[in-house]
Amino acid sequence: MDIVGKRYWYFGLSLLIIIPGLIGLAVWGLPLAIDFTGGSLLVVEFEPGKTPQPAQVLAIYDELGIADPLVQSAGETQILARSKFIEEAAKSTLVAEMETRFGGEVTVQRFETVGPAVGAEVAQRAAGAVALAAVGILAYITYAFRRVPHAFRYGAAAIVAALHDVLVVVGVEAFLGHFLGWEVDALFLTALLTVIGFSVHDSIVVFDRIRENQRLHRRLEYAKLVNHSIVQTLARSVNTSLTVVLALTALLLFGGVTTRHFVTILLIGVLIGTYSSIFNAAPLLVVWEKQEWKTWFRRRRPQPAGA
Amino acid sequence: MRKRRWPRLVMIGLIILLAAWVVWPQNPGLRIGSFEQPLRLVRGLDLQGGLQVLLEADLPEETEVSAEQMATARTIIDNRVNGLGVTEPIVQLAGSRRILVELPGIGDTQQAVETIKETGLLEFIALTEEEAIGILPDQELVTDFGGAPPPVAGEVEPRVFHTIMTGAQLENAGVSQDETGSIYVVFALDDEGSEIFGTYTTENVGGLIGILLDKQLISAPIIDEPITGGDVSIRRTGASFSVDEANQLAIQLRYGSLPVPLRVAESTAVGPTLGEDSLRKSAIAGLIGMLAIMTYMALYYRLPGLVADVALLVYALITFALFKIIPVTLTLPGVAGFILSVGMAVDANVLIFERMKEELRGGRTVDQAIEQGFSRAWPSIRDSNLSTLITCGILFWFGSTFGASLVKGFSLTLALGVLVSMFTAIFVTRALLHPILERSAFARNKRWLAI
Repeated sequence: MDIVGKRYWYFGLSLLIIIPGLIGLAVWGLPLAIDFTGGSLLVVEFEPGKTPQPAQVLAIYDELGIADPLVQSAGETQILARSKFIEEAAKSTLVAEMETRFGGEVTVQRFETVGPAVGAEVAQRAAGAVALAAVGILAYITYAFRRVPHAFRYGAAAIVAALHDVLVVVGVEAFLGHFLGWEVDALFLTALLTVIGFSVHDSIVVFDRIRENQRLHRRLEYAKLVNHSIVQTLARSVNTSLTVVLALTALLLFGGVTTRHFVTILLIGVLIGTYSSIFNAAPLLVVWEKQEWKTWFRRRRPQPAGA
Repeated sequence: MRKRRWPRLVMIGLIILLAAWVVWPQNPGLRIGSFEQPLRLVRGLDLQGGLQVLLEADLPEETEVSAEQMATARTIIDNRVNGLGVTEPIVQLAGSRRILVELPGIGDTQQAVETIKETGLLEFIALTEEEAIGILPDQELVTDFGGAPPPVAGEVEPRVFHTIMTGAQLENAGVSQDETGSIYVVFALDDEGSEIFGTYTTENVGGLIGILLDKQLISAPIIDEPITGGDVSIRRTGASFSVDEANQLAIQLRYGSLPVPLRVAESTAVGPTLGEDSLRKSAIAGLIGMLAIMTYMALYYRLPGLVADVALLVYALITFALFKIIPVTLTLPGVAGFILSVGMAVDANVLIFERMKEELRGGRTVDQAIEQGFSRAWPSIRDSNLSTLITCGILFWFGSTFGASLVKGFSLTLALGVLVSMFTAIFVTRALLHPILERSAFARNKRWLAI
């Protein structure tokens, strides 16, 4: 199997997934949850048969003068409402009003409020956390591969592959946000960081094989060595991600609504993370070794044999 | 060159027994001397319902808030929350300007938020010695400050204490030490306070003065002599205060009200039914996920796969035991982290088995193949897991500064899972593989090894 030889095909495939995602991101943006924008989220449950239409609930918000309400149905008996930051007292008034209007008992399932200042800070810190994770991983890999020539490249390639996964996941999220109304919240960030961790985990396994093979086959050309290492670890890569996918699929199917978004992102991330460590991370090392970017924009010439 | 294997197997057996004992639902808890630890699974707010509030210093960004002020505010809120009668409330500092409050299973969230935010009231009351003896710790007293509450019909009318003055007359409080080394608490009163205090102490030498914080008695010193200058010291009869005791009393005097104004920056309330439902569903999902992984491993790797399945069960057992021992507050993302770590736990075994297969194909004996499989797979297991741990550490830090306990729960369970899996996938699998695979029937028939 020649994966390294077809590396530009795989890079192209990656772009084919990433570019639409980025276009979606540019056009629709990412819908941010109250975790980042600040505001309040109220989920209430009505007695069966007494669930009002979202518009009726919206009317209450308007009458009470609560800004930016967004009301939708969630399941048979639940209503989910987002709005500007409201206090406990305002929530109690809302619930009381719903009880008088629609009858029966109205149970608060969730009530979340986030001040605007906190939201902005979370977003900032999250970016910091991602950067810090990247630096930490880069440093560790460079250290772990210190006996291999150009140890830094391995760390950098792992990070680039992880970034690739982040781009894919964010692009997918833009679509999910636009079509399903899923919002980017703190859990999405957690999922994203986990995906980074998993992707790097996967890349390291392939790199480890390259590290080992470099000692065993000193004469072998680098591209062949890398390809050989990828093929040798292929069964492991597929099996491991398959087991993780099994676990996540079970969570997705039976784990309930609350974690659905979180698990979906993890699932996509694990799949793409496995792909990127096989088809992007390791081939990238070859690109770097040959410094192929120097020929990217030149007219193609027949290359000398063995290059 | 054969090492004796039974000590390892015995050790693994002991660990399994210990873990099983901890996981056992009717476990009475740990008790070693005075050390007591009730062993049970702590469920997070999202799994049992309750209220989480993130309070923030309500001051402009530029205004410095000292660590001491926040620590004091935390202590005061802790006291108030304890009055709400919630089991296992959490009150902790989150970052330099925030306090995280978690009240599991609370029903009336509005009242809870108000209780947390209100400013504390410091009162000095007239008190006799007999009365002081009758007051229970944590008992809420009734005073005439701000008008006595109306009597409730049918109930015994409580004793109404007279409030001499409130904390408003207090200017400063601190801790001091005399030449004999005994530690005492000092506080200073303003002019009005000095006069009131002077009059009362002159008339009641030998009597008591009760100091109340939020209607609870925190100190009841005896009046030794008339105090007219406005400088008051409180000593312990016959002995010295410990530094901590003195500090706490001084802080309570100084900051009867919260040292910094606080506002609700973030709050989350989850109804109890939603929590129950989520817990049940994720437990089912976890079981199904684990069964699926075990089936796959057994089908793909045959006998070694079955050994890995045993290791996986041991893994689940140990992880649950650790959840109960530490204890880890189990949240929904925490459960997800655990299930994800099950998938990753298998990874180490997959790596090892793939190497074993390679070695066997290369013509090694089963025994050699096992050893080679483990030693060759080790660097990749180590490096990949360490990088995952690095990510977990950063996630944990990210979660801590925001009081985002969901993120914290996820990173903690994932990190624990990674650590435990390194033990089970390597140590346990290895100890079991040798004696099982060396049985000649298995070694001869390579179908058992999935080659």
